[in-house]
Amino acid sequence: MTTPDPYSRSKTPVLTLLAGVAIGGAAVAATLWWISAPTPVSAARIAGLTGDAQNGEAVFHAGGCASCHMAPASDADPLRLAGGQAFASDFGTFYAPNISSDPVHGIGAWSQDDFINAVMAGVSPDGQHYYPAFPYTAYIKADPQDIADLYAFMTTLPADATPSRAHDLAFPFNIRRSVGVWKALYLDDDWTITGDLTQTEERGRYLSEALAHCAECHTPRNALGALDTRQWLLGAPNPSGQGRIPAISGPDFNWSLFDISAYLESGFTPEFDVVGGSMAAVVNSLQQLDKSELDAIAAYILRTNQ
Amino acid sequence: MKPHSVFGASLICSFLALPVFAQENPEIGQRQGQFNLIVHNFAVLGGMAQGRVDYDADLAQTAADNLFHITRHDQSRLWPEGTDSDSVEGTRALPAIWENLDDFVAKFTALQTAAEGVQAVAGDGMDALRPAVGALGAACQACHQTYRAES
Repeated sequence: MTTPDPYSRSKTPVLTLLAGVAIGGAAVAATLWWISAPTPVSAARIAGLTGDAQNGEAVFHAGGCASCHMAPASDADPLRLAGGQAFASDFGTFYAPNISSDPVHGIGAWSQDDFINAVMAGVSPDGQHYYPAFPYTAYIKADPQDIADLYAFMTTLPADATPSRAHDLAFPFNIRRSVGVWKALYLDDDWTITGDLTQTEERGRYLSEALAHCAECHTPRNALGALDTRQWLLGAPNPSGQGRIPAISGPDFNWSLFDISAYLESGFTPEFDVVGGSMAAVVNSLQQLDKSELDAIAAYILRTNQ
Repeated sequence: MKPHSVFGASLICSFLALPVFAQENPEIGQRQGQFNLIVHNFAVLGGMAQGRVDYDADLAQTAADNLFHITRHDQSRLWPEGTDSDSVEGTRALPAIWENLDDFVAKFTALQTAAEGVQAVAGDGMDALRPAVGALGAACQACHQTYRAES
């Protein structure tokens, strides 16, 4: 008489379970793979656009491209988009890439559609996700015509042959496909501030939410790095160093429309401290816009408090 | 003295001594005082440049003269090693200052030049003063951008 194998009776169910887990896991993986696939902007929205470089220059300054993509030295030429600035975060360090007109190291070989897909959908010409350190999370709200104009302007900027530096990210954030899941959770082309807005406030909302991406620094983020829109512009820890990015809305912010617009134009606070840190480059860009655009941003900023 | 009043006195003393950094590094408060005086005078000129207050030649000239002299205060004992924002509390002076001392000095020299430029035109009307104030602000900004931590 043989000793009964205590496991023999459970073999089949275990195998079934394992098979079930495998199939279920594969289904989850397939679903994640499907969800995480890069989705470009719909071709119909961007077909046949003709860019206007003059308006593109204004979009360039409103969008703050130079703030991140100029070379790291503070006295570097803001129109030479060599990249290289480091952006520390909870997920690792991002390095702004070269987006000059260099055909090899920059974006000189890109088509207009490639460019719009990169800026508005965070999808590279070869179909990869960009990390949302690149604020396509804001630019997704832009008018594709403005981004076509931006493309026309940026082709006029000088080429620079500095190679882009690879990001230095921890697992699993170094897997680009994971960004697709993040996008499915958080990428949203709706306005954050809604309701009845004046025409000026609407213009300010467009400039602030879609182009200047104020919220990227002035709004706190959740554990996965997405903006907490319930705390819109209420200030946030500085992701790249000491101190806090100040509130520009809420009870702790009491600047007038004149104060905000004057600050964006001059860099002077109402107390006549002078702008510094990463905001200095933002002011350098925004002060090149028409004063009426700065007034519109100020009107929007005040509107966020209602 | 009763024991509890000794305790009370030492408690008060310990509160008074709370900004330990200022006690250990008086230079931090001293150099901040210098920048506060710069703001005190720059506000007069900036307020006129922005149209917050009317141009007044005498006020502008006085503020500009002050800025000329404040920015010429000898800096050699105000920036000792170890008084950066990584080493001590209570300062926004980034370690980069000490890592790039030549550049920091160059930027401070540019501030002196810009203050001199304002002083030269402060009494000559708003149209002459405005660009000089802009240049002075740019000199402040150049340093704040690189060498001052977020608040």
